Amino acid sequence: MEQDSAPGVGESELAGSFASYTAGLAFALLLTGASFIVSQTHLLWAPGVPAGLIVLAIAQMGVHLVFFLHIGTGPDNTNNVLALAFGVLIVVLVVSGSLWIMAHLNANMLSPSAIMQMQR
Amino acid sequence: MSAHAGIAGPAPVRIVVAYGFWIFLLSDIILFSALFATYAVLSGQTAGGPSGRELFELRHVGVETLCLLFSSYTCGLGVLAIERRRLQGFYLSFALTFVLGAAFLGLELSEFVGLIARGAGPSRSAFLSAFFSLVGLHGAHVSAGLVWMSFMVAQTAVRGPRDFVRRRLLCFSLFWHALDIIWVALLTLVYLLGAR
Repeated sequence: MEQDSAPGVGESELAGSFASYTAGLAFALLLTGASFIVSQTHLLWAPGVPAGLIVLAIAQMGVHLVFFLHIGTGPDNTNNVLALAFGVLIVVLVVSGSLWIMAHLNANMLSPSAIMQMQR
Repeated sequence: MSAHAGIAGPAPVRIVVAYGFWIFLLSDIILFSALFATYAVLSGQTAGGPSGRELFELRHVGVETLCLLFSSYTCGLGVLAIERRRLQGFYLSFALTFVLGAAFLGLELSEFVGLIARGAGPSRSAFLSAFFSLVGLHGAHVSAGLVWMSFMVAQTAVRGPRDFVRRRLLCFSLFWHALDIIWVALLTLVYLLGAR
């Protein structure tokens, strides 16, 4: 049978522990609840609600990454963190780039009413 | 490479497998980011049809979120149980994971059917096309996850908690947790911001 774990690397390191999963669930429930409250009540200043929701969502993704996917600071995790950083870079480029380009395209396009007037 | 890894020798198979699967998951997240970008661009283009504010029922979405969150938790517990060779705990956790995942999928399908019945199907407007492809892709991933989960439970039953079976279960749990991360983004950007 092949040896799966290196000496000194406990099995629990990759699979986490009961306490860490339960803590992750508690944090995730708390953040999800906060998101629903923020979006449904006037607790936050109305124009700040989208920013608040995005902050809560990023926090919850961090909780999932650390407590469920075990992306942490351990020596075996350096490659995972670097890959994650690259993935985040690509996601940010795709999403923000699309929004940026499409907003400018919209601004440069004639509105439908302007086209109608030209056809007359 | 840190000095620690140099002393320990080559990385164990389990860590290499998890790393490779993590790269696959990141590529999957990039696939989703393209659809998120599409949705963000098209979310206002309702073509005179219903907008998210009129369509989304947050109570329904909240139950879906709870199903997925608890299924992620039970999936993690199942992997812990198999690492400690506790087969019964593993089967119980994965049965719960499957039921919660199937419940999520059922709720999502009922939402889709309700929307189509109200005339708000994917062909109604660019907003709804983007909505159905984004949320539907996540649903397709959950369906694939349910199939994979069934195979892994069968394989565990036949082959026992061997090294390669536990590695595959670890990969499955990473997949299932990653779907939960994508759902967090979906919940916030599509539902909570769209229902305002």
